Formats: sequence, C-alpha cells, structure tokens
Amino acid sequence: MSVASASTEKKKRGWFKEEFGNPERRTAYYMVLPSLLIILIVAFFPILYGFVLSLTDSTISGFGSFVGLENYVEMFQDTDFLEGLSNTVIFTVASVTLEFFIGLGIALAINRAFRGRGLVRAAVLVPWAFPTVIAAVMWRLMFQNQVGIIQYAADTLGIISEPILSSRTLLLMGAILVDVWKTTPFVALLLLAGLQVIPAEVYEAARVDGANWMQRFFRITLPLLKGAILVAVLFRTLDAYRVYDLFWVMGNRELASLSTYVYEGVRISQLQFGPGNAAAVFIFVTAFLIALFFIRVLGMRTSVEEE
Amino acid sequence: MASATTTKEAAGRGTLNNVLFYVFLVAFVLVSVFPLIWIFKMSIVTKTELFASPPTILPHTPTSESYAKIFSDPAFQQALVNSTIISTATTVICLFFGSITAYAIARLRFRFKGTVMTLILAISFFPAVAIIAPLFIQYAQVGLIDTYASVIITDTVFALPLTIWLLVAFFRELPVDLEDAAKVDGATTIQAFRKVIVPLAAPGVFTTAILTFIHAWNEFLFANTFLLDPARQPVTVAIPNFATVYTVDYGAQAAAAVVVTVPLVILVLIFQRRIVSGLTAGAVKG
Repeated sequence: MSVASASTEKKKRGWFKEEFGNPERRTAYYMVLPSLLIILIVAFFPILYGFVLSLTDSTISGFGSFVGLENYVEMFQDTDFLEGLSNTVIFTVASVTLEFFIGLGIALAINRAFRGRGLVRAAVLVPWAFPTVIAAVMWRLMFQNQVGIIQYAADTLGIISEPILSSRTLLLMGAILVDVWKTTPFVALLLLAGLQVIPAEVYEAARVDGANWMQRFFRITLPLLKGAILVAVLFRTLDAYRVYDLFWVMGNRELASLSTYVYEGVRISQLQFGPGNAAAVFIFVTAFLIALFFIRVLGMRTSVEEE
Repeated sequence: MASATTTKEAAGRGTLNNVLFYVFLVAFVLVSVFPLIWIFKMSIVTKTELFASPPTILPHTPTSESYAKIFSDPAFQQALVNSTIISTATTVICLFFGSITAYAIARLRFRFKGTVMTLILAISFFPAVAIIAPLFIQYAQVGLIDTYASVIITDTVFALPLTIWLLVAFFRELPVDLEDAAKVDGATTIQAFRKVIVPLAAPGVFTTAILTFIHAWNEFLFANTFLLDPARQPVTVAIPNFATVYTVDYGAQAAAAVVVTVPLVILVLIFQRRIVSGLTAGAVKG
C-alpha cells in the first residue's frame, strides 16, 4: 500500500514495478488513497473492533475481559431481540415484495411517451426526498388518535377497533405502509430506467412472430430486466433489513427492529451493551450473507470494470 | 369496458385506455403527494379546527400561528443551522475526495481497481448500526463526541459510495480526446483532471452534490448517536423530540416537518430531470 516502499521492492516483483514505476498508475493510487483510507478507518476497522467487543464484557466506557460467546447466548435468549428479529423479517419481506410488484406495475404503465411526464416524475421523487424521520413524524400525526386522518377514516369505516399507535401489530403494518409509500416510486424509477434500454425492435420482432403480451412479458421483458430487478431488490432488501429511523420515530421507541435493539443496547441501556454488540455483529453478518446470496446465487452482476 | 371496444373499435379503445391511464396517473400522483399536502394543511389551521371531528378537508381560517411558534423557538433555529452546517460540509468534503477517486477509477488504469471499487461499494450495503458502538468509543477517545466533525466524518464515509458511483458514471460520459489533447500538450494527469474534466463535468458534479446533500440532510442514526447536546443536533434529531416538547401541539410538529421538507421538495422539483438521470445512472449500466 505504501508508495514510499515501492522503489525498494520493485525489483522483486514484476507487477509491482509495473504498477508503481509508471507515473500514471502511481497517480491513480494517490487519487484513490484518501477515500480508501477514510473508509477503512471509519467503517472497516470499527467492524473488527465491534466483533472483538462482542466477545468481551466491555461497557461503553471501559474495555472488559474475554467472555467467549456469552453475549450471543444472552442475546438469543432475550425476547426483545427475538421480537426485533421477527419484526425486521416481516417488515423486510412484506415491504420489499409490495414495493417490487407495485413498482413494476407502475414502471410498465408509465413506460411510454405521455403528456405530464415531468409532473409524474416530480411526484415520484417527492416521497423519496423526504427525510425518513420526517416521514415518520408526518405519518405518526396522520395515525394519531385525536387528529389523525387515517385513524378517523379507519374508525368511520369500522376497520379497526383500537388506536393504531397503541397496537404493535398495527404499528408494524403502518411502518410497512409508510415504507411502501416512500420507496415504491424509487423502485419504479429504477425499473423504468431498465425498461427504457430494452430496444423496441425486440418487441416488434416478437409481435411479427405472433407472440401475445404474456409471452412478450415473460420471454422478453423479465429476462432483459433481470439486472435492474436484482439491483433494485437487493438495495431495498438491505435497506429494509437495517430499518431504524422509521421504527424508532414512528413507533416512539415502542416498535422493535434489529437496529433499534442494537441502538437500545449500546446507547440507552447500560446493562445491555454486550448483547447489543452481539446483535450488531449479527446484523452485519446476516446482511453480508443476503448480499452474497444475491450476487452468487441469483447471478447479479457487480462488475464495475471498464467496458 | 367490453361494449366500448366492440362498438367503437380501435379508436374507442384508445380513448378509453387513455382515460384509464390518466386516472391511474392522477391517483398515483395524489397518493405520492397527499401526506405532504395534508401535513401542510394541519400546519396552517387553528387548534380548534385541527381537533375537529369530522376533519375539515380545506382549511377554513388559515393561520401562520404554528410557523410563528416554531420559528421563534431558538432550539428549532439552531437545529436548522446545525443541519445546514453538517450537510454542506459533508457535501463539500465528499465531492472533493469523491471526484479525485472517481476520476482515477473512470479514466486511469491500475491493477487493484476492482478491489478498490468493491471496498467502496461495500459501504452502501453496510448496516450502519453495526458500527455505532465501536465508533462511539473511538470518537470518545479523541474527543469528537458532541462535535459536528463526528457526524460529518461518518456521513462522508457513508455518502462516498454514492458520490463516487455517480461521478464515475458522469466522467465516463465525457470524451477522452480532450484529456489526451491536454496531455499531448504537456499537462500532467492531475492538470488534465483539474483543467479539463472538472469544468466539463460540472453538471454531473452538481447533480451529485444535490444527491449527497439530500443524503446528509436526511441522516439520523449517526446524529442521534454522537450528538447528545441539543445545541449540536440537526433537524432530524430535533423534530422527533418536539413530540415531547410540544406534546399535544400537533400543529407545531406539522409546521416543523413542512419547513424541513420544503427545501428538499423545491430542489427535487427544479432538478428532477438530473436527479432521475443520476439515480438511474448506476443501475442501468450495471
């Protein structure tokens, strides 16, 4: 990594000389180094440190001694953790599924030239640009018992029998609704961009060959859209999986997710620091596995190499 | 629907489809913007009207009472200032480091480009909550807790993948010939970057700046972790706390939400075309 040592070592290894002897390449390394360093120090090092912390009885103010997997055992026995885990899984599966199907429907519907396109695009971006926290505050006001329009509508229609904000099930459903509202447009936008690069001639040819719309959809659209779909679904899955802002604010700290469990453990409660750290490592490892699943099993392309 | 198609054939079907299409569009747009409109309405009505049942659809007697209240609250003013400082600093730092790195990735050849890009992009898959405890301890050791720097540094790291990804896409769209010409004339790589690429890429850099700014403005977790002092907290941390300050003053809460969101909505409306091209740049090219 160190460029200073390049001159001494370059005789030993051919590629090393080629890399650092060439002024253009050396410049390239100088140019990526600052970003890389800050990322390593602020993101990758803390992960290792967090892993070490999870194996000790440290507190926020002092490093403790090695306790093996004790924190993990305590974490898995904690009902708060299990509730956070189940909420997170339900939230992730439900919101990503809804966002994908609704988003795909919208993308297919608006994939043509029409008047008012700019207006639709702007409307799509409004929920996306909202700070999640503010969206949570707004929807909380709409769910509110005395002034909330949604609570009022639900009462009038007789759909629910209890205040939305005091039922954890309804809160979770509310959180899914808010997430779908906020991010479906973004999914639609990504899928629309994918649809727009499919050449029209492909459809023309299929039509000439007598393919009906279903065949065209399943044989042309879906396969050619696979890349965009995987990108959109992977991003959304990982985003939903680490949900924190929405649960914390909309649930007024009552609604548990994996992330709120970690936050609660390491920042609020003094006694839960160990299990909180174990949960932090748990989230990191499982999120990594989810990403790996998309890339390896579903064959997502991640290459960013030049053409 | 069926009768229309049989009697008027293709023309009739076309019109009906168009009508349905626009009904769908209107519904979609309404659902997207309804919460903002509704909260705006809540922020400009009187307290009696706010609690009226059934709720009024259009405000009867608009009032700026709620806005007057939050703007005269020094805590809210301070939070707006804090958010502005944090987001602006994050954007500037991100663009500085990001554009340099992105240029190397977009234009220069070197062996570990794939590894570098993977490391950077891995951050966008990173569950940020996984590092708040170790980072808190690290920052506490160097005295960064309750400083803007703690949040600016962390926000920068988590915004960098987005910044670099977008800038790489924009830089690659520029013709190589100009830089080659500059180099033939004796410019170094750095000079070619500064004098040729940066001015040419200005629109792309600007789009990236907007997206980075929105990212930083909306950040909550790090601010809520590292900033305990209310005098340093940005709006995302301050506003949910208003729920405890203005307990039943839902009008003030609504007004605060509107004030924080409106600048973003204006940015989005003005630059929507660019933002969409930026957001989809990476996804399409894969």
